[in-house]
Amino acid sequence: MTLKEIATLLEAEVLTQKANMEIPVPCAFASDLISDILMCTKEPTLLLTGLANTQVIRLSDMIDISAIVFVRGKIPTQELIEMAEERGLPLLRTTMTMYRSSGILYNAGLRSCKI
Amino acid sequence: MAEYLNQNPLYQSAVETFFSDMPEAEVTLEFIVPEKDFNNAGKGSAEVKNLLKRLGVDSEILRRIAVASYEAEINVAAHSRGGKMVSNVYDELIHICFVDEGPGIGDIEQAMQPGFSTADDLVREMGFGAGLGLPNIKKNSDWMRIRSNAGDSTTLELIIFFA
Repeated sequence: MTLKEIATLLEAEVLTQKANMEIPVPCAFASDLISDILMCTKEPTLLLTGLANTQVIRLSDMIDISAIVFVRGKIPTQELIEMAEERGLPLLRTTMTMYRSSGILYNAGLRSCKI
Repeated sequence: MAEYLNQNPLYQSAVETFFSDMPEAEVTLEFIVPEKDFNNAGKGSAEVKNLLKRLGVDSEILRRIAVASYEAEINVAAHSRGGKMVSNVYDELIHICFVDEGPGIGDIEQAMQPGFSTADDLVREMGFGAGLGLPNIKKNSDWMRIRSNAGDSTTLELIIFFA
């Protein structure tokens, strides 16, 4: 599934300029706990989260995050968006809940990351 | 001084040799980790990871080093009055030492229990405080030692081999 298809399914707004929406996303993980995200991400993974602080971007320096979807309408700061742009990390935002977003993507065939 | 030690038995003799020889590090990186500075916490670990990536360390081992180092760096920022991390890179391994300025860990065994956390509300709002930091460091390192006294500083060291 491409990031473009994911954005359409989640009716998401793309927050980063020049985001490559054609990148393939093999799997996803959803959590609001940083240690869980660190422990569970072992391959390129789409992250769904309600955390909108800059540590979420620092996380992407440690592990292989393909893109981030902010759920529940969370609006990250401009500073966070700039940090993502420096790293070429696409950011999306949806007003849907984490549960609904995950359900829609799962039903559309996006598998869970291996943990 | 209370001490907690965890090691992968496969590397036990290699770790003993390392500490008895104490070779000169190929590269040393040092970072200050200020108290509650969540804008910058994690930078030190990212630089260590970038260096090791340039040196050609295997990607799965790189992930383990990054995760363990980041968790420990966050611990210093979230739980201490500030401290520093010193990373020494050798031919076959990395040794990272985190030393803070207190207030120490009262009960290290308890702190090692998955889910146990003393994080405050600020730290929890950032997505930390799940009580999985130390277990995550333990899981991803080949050797880990914590030395602490309540009311005094804490030293956490970890070693991860490149092969």
